[in-house]
Amino acid sequence: MPDRVRIENATKSFGELKALKNVSMTVRAGETVVVIGPSGSGKSTLLRAVNRLEVLTSGDIWIDDDHVTNHGSDIRRIREEVGMVFQNFHLFPHLSVLQNIMLAPTSVKKRPKAEAEKQALDLLARVGLSEKRDAWPEQLSGGQKQRVAIARALAMEPKVMLFDEPTSALDPEMVKEVLDVMLDLAKSGMTLMVVTHEMGFAKAAAHRVVFMDQGEIIEVGSPAELFEHPQNDRTRKFLAHIL
Amino acid sequence: MAEVRPVPVRIQVTDGALIPGKGDKTVRASWKIALFGALGLLVFLPLYNMAPVQEFVLSLWASLFPSPELTARLVDLRTGKYQNIWVDILLYLPDGLSVTFSVTLSSILLATVFGLAAGLGQISRVVLLNRIATVYVEVIRGIPLLVQIFYIYFALGSVFHLDGFFAAVLSMAFCYGAYMGEIFRAGIQAVPVGQMEAALALGLSRTQAIRLIILPQTVKIILPAIGNEFIALLKDSSMVSVMALVDLLRLAKNYGSNHGDYFPPLTVVALVYLVMTLILSWLVALMEERLNQNAR
Repeated sequence: MPDRVRIENATKSFGELKALKNVSMTVRAGETVVVIGPSGSGKSTLLRAVNRLEVLTSGDIWIDDDHVTNHGSDIRRIREEVGMVFQNFHLFPHLSVLQNIMLAPTSVKKRPKAEAEKQALDLLARVGLSEKRDAWPEQLSGGQKQRVAIARALAMEPKVMLFDEPTSALDPEMVKEVLDVMLDLAKSGMTLMVVTHEMGFAKAAAHRVVFMDQGEIIEVGSPAELFEHPQNDRTRKFLAHIL
Repeated sequence: MAEVRPVPVRIQVTDGALIPGKGDKTVRASWKIALFGALGLLVFLPLYNMAPVQEFVLSLWASLFPSPELTARLVDLRTGKYQNIWVDILLYLPDGLSVTFSVTLSSILLATVFGLAAGLGQISRVVLLNRIATVYVEVIRGIPLLVQIFYIYFALGSVFHLDGFFAAVLSMAFCYGAYMGEIFRAGIQAVPVGQMEAALALGLSRTQAIRLIILPQTVKIILPAIGNEFIALLKDSSMVSVMALVDLLRLAKNYGSNHGDYFPPLTVVALVYLVMTLILSWLVALMEERLNQNAR
């Protein structure tokens, strides 16, 4: 499989603080890569650099042939093909569930309304929320909000989906419904880059797991390798903490 | 990290009458006293000064404390020389009211346009636009409104031959636009950053994100503040009476100088302003409650 996302020597400084130090990694087409690590390890910064919500200090990122980090690139067009799901959902509170999903297809891709609506309804069915089509975001539970947010991102038919701690803001009983949708996506052949603390998801869905600490990639491996036989001391310590 | 819930922001300008929101008993009570007191006086004063009532009161006084002055006034009353100026003023007022309202309404509409431009300018990444907007807000807010009105009407007006109404609206809108610019800026910045990020991540341009995502949420946040500005502007519109515009205040002043008695017309005008302000602040409170109920 070809590389879908290619990160080369990504470095990001916030003043004195180095959030990312020379990070290089790839996500292949159809692959699910889970990035784990303690908070402050730079994993969210790395993820947000992929669609340039975070501008790197130096280094390069490509999505297929698109050079994300090149300032001459049309980042708006690149973002159309990169779905992103946030920790705090960021649904648009003034729009209904259906309008949230239809907004980007109609305003960015200029799709006819009827077509966008049909697609939105299909996506809502896919995330199991058909009956919420006319609800307002604030009427939804956290888990439902996040599933709508996933549907909203999928409506742009992205070729890669970025998940930034998608279950961290959820009550424990709602985590599963969101992970199930993500698992489905992974199985359907979507390319996923996921920052999460859910080791269960990593074991079930990830082709590769990346462990980051202090702005560096410490270890990369299949879930079996990384969770059962971590090579690095820091990885072992982290896993001992979390498992 | 816990879920960040957007806190409903309330930007309250302390310039107007206090907004009688639900659950604020003290303000509500004082609002009622002020409104019904003012309305009561507006009804009572003309009634009390009707000829038969005056005749009755005066003859009562005259029987208790006879004096030549009272007798003279009674004679006036009985020979029909008496005029109930309180009623006269009330009949006279609508002209001034319509001027005050049209100045206020036109100014607030134009000020909203200036304010939106200034607010967007202040958050703009284009340095030139940003500077222009920021300087506009700083400069205008540092010059008293009355000085601006004089400046536009007398100084600029003599050069460009500005019509009174136009000069009034322009100066009010220019001044209030600066204040509204601050409201728009604060309202835009009160929308959580994640909203812009989510919009950009979906492929929207910054302009689209502001138009489709940020501004609709801003409007909800700032509507009460805009309502307050409207009230403040209604009151400040009395300053345009220095121009050749016959608004409520100018009307009262003219009436006073024609009849040699400023007390009745100014009392009525003050009461009318008070009633309008109180009703408007109630409407603003109502609007704010409905917005919070819908929570959209």
